[in-house]
Amino acid sequence: MELWQLRRRPLSAFLRLCVMLAAAAAMLVFLILVGYILVKGIPNIETGLFEWEYNSQNVSLVPALINTVLITVLSLFIASPLGIFAAIYMNEYAKKENRLISTVRIAAETLAGIPSIVYGLFGMLLFVVALKWGYSLIAGAFTMAVMILPIIMRTTEEALKSIPDSYREGSFGLGAGRLRTVFAIVLPPAAPGILAGIILAIGRVVGETAALIFTAGTVARTPAALTSSVRTLSVHMYSLSSEGLHIKQAYATAVVLLVLVITINSISGALAGRIAGGRG
Amino acid sequence: MDGYTRMNKIKEDFMRIVFLAAACASILCVALICVFLFANGVPAIGKIGFVKFLTGQEWRPGNNLYGVWPMILGSLYVTAGAIVTGVPVGVLAAVFMARFCPDWLHRLLSPAISLLAGIPSILYGFFGLVVMVPAIRVVSGGSGKNILTASLLLGMMILPTIISVSETAIRAVPESYYQGALALGATHERAVFFSILPAARSGIMAAVILGVGRSIGETMAVIMVAGNQAVVPDSIFNGARTLTANIVLEMGYAADLHREALIATGVVLFVFILLTNLSFSYARLAKKG
Repeated sequence: MELWQLRRRPLSAFLRLCVMLAAAAAMLVFLILVGYILVKGIPNIETGLFEWEYNSQNVSLVPALINTVLITVLSLFIASPLGIFAAIYMNEYAKKENRLISTVRIAAETLAGIPSIVYGLFGMLLFVVALKWGYSLIAGAFTMAVMILPIIMRTTEEALKSIPDSYREGSFGLGAGRLRTVFAIVLPPAAPGILAGIILAIGRVVGETAALIFTAGTVARTPAALTSSVRTLSVHMYSLSSEGLHIKQAYATAVVLLVLVITINSISGALAGRIAGGRG
Repeated sequence: MDGYTRMNKIKEDFMRIVFLAAACASILCVALICVFLFANGVPAIGKIGFVKFLTGQEWRPGNNLYGVWPMILGSLYVTAGAIVTGVPVGVLAAVFMARFCPDWLHRLLSPAISLLAGIPSILYGFFGLVVMVPAIRVVSGGSGKNILTASLLLGMMILPTIISVSETAIRAVPESYYQGALALGATHERAVFFSILPAARSGIMAAVILGVGRSIGETMAVIMVAGNQAVVPDSIFNGARTLTANIVLEMGYAADLHREALIATGVVLFVFILLTNLSFSYARLAKKG
């Protein structure tokens, strides 16, 4: 409909206005949120923030950053094989829709819907208390592993589904077993999709706070052992903003966290987009 | 069968079992979460008294009063607030993206929405604390940390979920619905709103339920803007404490029954989440059926 017609059709004009305003509002939320943090934060980035040791003078985020990397790597180490293998079973081995498969699906969906604070409680009860690991790097990593398991499972399964059956049939026809078909034929082309899922999971761990406060703890030092209590960058961010003592540093830390998460998620999105584009 | 094929057979069977075990890991995780939460939380509910715990109006650990009713209401209020603010904007924005948006704009909007989904809740909370709380303070007086602030912030946080799920639902409606409406003389807007949108309603419902789940479970952002007073709120300009906030605020120093009561708070939250998950599955079944 042309613009001049809108005046004669008030309802249509109103509806069009509504959707445009809504889209503008959504975009505005994004721009203001990101813009505000960047504008207020970038001038506050100082060299003190990147000193090796944390103290209350420099409020360095480096230990927290190192801890974040450690927890992320450890949790991926646990969750990636589990998630990828589970997806392989679901897509390559299981016959369609038996009872076990639907139970696994329901379980994975339930996991995906559980809020992070419940993961935090669970991690505290199982890893910190029952297994006596205390507030520790390893308790945090295991909690994160449970949390990202459904993400890795789902994205891997989607990546495997996008591989055409002719690949498998060709491989079977040449006499390869199921195992070799999976590892030599199906997994390589699915790799970008699986990687996209893993990177998405990294973004989730980096941004996580509630599940880590009572599992990994809040000590702002690099760990001496797997059982040391550590704070990740997000928990660091929470401490800074709830204490309210280092508001400048909080702004700067927010920028670092924001840029980190946006970069991670963009990489994941680009990878996922590449396989989707390749298929179409 | 020679040695080589036998080795292969063993390898195949072994790996099949490994894959199967991995698939069962998620079932194990759910079972563990249920067992640990319920085993640690339910006894406390028993000690306090089921009715007294759920409907008790006062949460004063110092006086051994553990009523989570204020927190249940707090969670429900901010969730309702998030739905009221987030759903209309989200669904309309989804309509724009699916049906009104030129291609070049879609290429800009779509990544922005998915990045918005990935921003950690602690950053939303920080933004709420330094931008929204002072702004709301001008309107409401007081501290500016209240249900209204939390609702608006949560509404922003559920936007990306609502938009992406609704957009998928709207795009899944067959093109013939739209063409039929146009053929009957409807404008583009009327065709979209009165022919396509009703057909996508179960998908949009699923989006709303996902938004509810996200809002009820949200912790860090809400803690920073909701005020956290453990009393029954009587206006949207009152502060409120959610179930999630209750756990994070007090778990650090709680002991004995207090600590168990906090875990029991987690049980209540978990049951709420399981209920929303169930209705989500139901909404999706309804779509298929």
